[in-house]
Amino acid sequence: MNKESSYKKRSDGREFNEIRPIKAKVGIVPSADGSALFETGKTRAIAVVRGPRTLHPQHMQDPLKGILRVNYQMMAFSVWDRIKPGISRRSLEINKVIEWALSEIVDLTEFPGSVVDVLIQIPQADAGTRVAGLNAAVMALAQAGVPMKEMLSAVAAGKIDKTLVIDVNKEEEDYEEGEGSTDIPLCFGSFSKKIYLLQLDGKISIENFKEILKMGQKASEKIYKIQVEALKNPGKEVRG
Amino acid sequence: MTSLLDKKRIFEYLEKEGKRLDGRKPLDVRKIEFEENISENAEGSVSVKIGETEVYAGVKLSINEPYPDSPDEGSMSVNVELSPMADEDFELGPPKIDAIEMARIVDRGIRESKFIDFKKLCIKEGEKSFTINIDIYAINNEGNLLDACSLAALSALCLAKMPKYNEKEEKIEKEITNKPLPLRRENMPIMVTFYKIGKKFIIDPKRDEEEIADYRLSIAISEEDEEIKINAIQKGREGSISFEEIEEILKKLEEIYRKQYLKIKEKILSYG
Repeated sequence: MNKESSYKKRSDGREFNEIRPIKAKVGIVPSADGSALFETGKTRAIAVVRGPRTLHPQHMQDPLKGILRVNYQMMAFSVWDRIKPGISRRSLEINKVIEWALSEIVDLTEFPGSVVDVLIQIPQADAGTRVAGLNAAVMALAQAGVPMKEMLSAVAAGKIDKTLVIDVNKEEEDYEEGEGSTDIPLCFGSFSKKIYLLQLDGKISIENFKEILKMGQKASEKIYKIQVEALKNPGKEVRG
Repeated sequence: MTSLLDKKRIFEYLEKEGKRLDGRKPLDVRKIEFEENISENAEGSVSVKIGETEVYAGVKLSINEPYPDSPDEGSMSVNVELSPMADEDFELGPPKIDAIEMARIVDRGIRESKFIDFKKLCIKEGEKSFTINIDIYAINNEGNLLDACSLAALSALCLAKMPKYNEKEEKIEKEITNKPLPLRRENMPIMVTFYKIGKKFIIDPKRDEEEIADYRLSIAISEEDEEIKINAIQKGREGSISFEEIEEILKKLEEIYRKQYLKIKEKILSYG
């Protein structure tokens, strides 16, 4: 497959299935119930969890269980072209897909009428910010002691021309030769191995798509180990 | 919310022992830490911690038409984001008055001290000039975000390098030069905010101290020929100040500036 692809070697020297250097740290915001940093290469995400706490306004409350809310935000200076602060269509969609993934694993039946807020900020971006944010958010939820069915580990998979790669960076995302780039953010459950977040844009064959899911799943296992290591050592920066 | 009992404790301890609940004297500043270049996509960026309070700031330059009243000058825009990331009481949504006031106070200190040489940010009179965008994000609030924001903005400015300007196409290229921003470094302002609690003044409050203060007074000062000049003042909250109190604050300010802030100023000026 790689023979006919124009993308024969990754610009940063990584193997095609290799994730960038990871840094993870739990407990970075002292006033929060849970907080974590997740870095892959030059993409950095920080996440804070506040709650469960009473949800206002009252009419939004669910009398049967607590709800989970996500707010994802890229800092104005996280990318070269300054992002105007405030909500965008892109950030609203990302909020929702992360919210769907996290809501599926948390069990908030013990907290009717309450809300768990997950705040994600991206100070520095080099592609894959939603998956980095999700990885940080799961660690923050775990630190906060929110009951969870399993952990989640996410990775940005992709296809650059005809080459399948894991943990795509910005340069790869912008690749234009041949078939260009296809982005596939993925998120897997640590025990079930099920997929909780799946998006795709680009062009990919069914066979390649099945292959990249397997590659993504393997990469997520590596990420999971680092998340667990960081959770066992709050305040310590874990590298992988 | 600070409980009535906590409020009483802070109040009494300060009154009787002249100390604060964390053992500090009224005019002691917590440890200040800097982490430079938190985003390589910014022209300059920094994380500033005062005790457990943390803010991120980044500088980005853009090209705009100069304002009609200053056609030969660039401009500056300061934005502060107070999201629930930093404090359980902060709300999502467009900046509210607290964040807007904070940004404006920081803005005025920098602007009025003439720290930035706006004329050197002009590209073509009346047509094109650089705007310095300073974006500040609260990461954790344990009090004194105001002074933290000011230090972060100044640090990011000092760390920042000009982006490459393509004269032919009249736009910024995706490349940072090694040329610093046009700053008059000798004019760098320092802002200190005083809080009146009972009969005492404190600086660098923790969150609960901040909450119970009668008023706050932010003062940005700079030095000119070794003389301290006031560049910006903001009295915040209800509560009223007497002449004597102003005198007391100014006296304390000079002392704090020389004893605690000169070394911080030097540290920030060493950037870039």
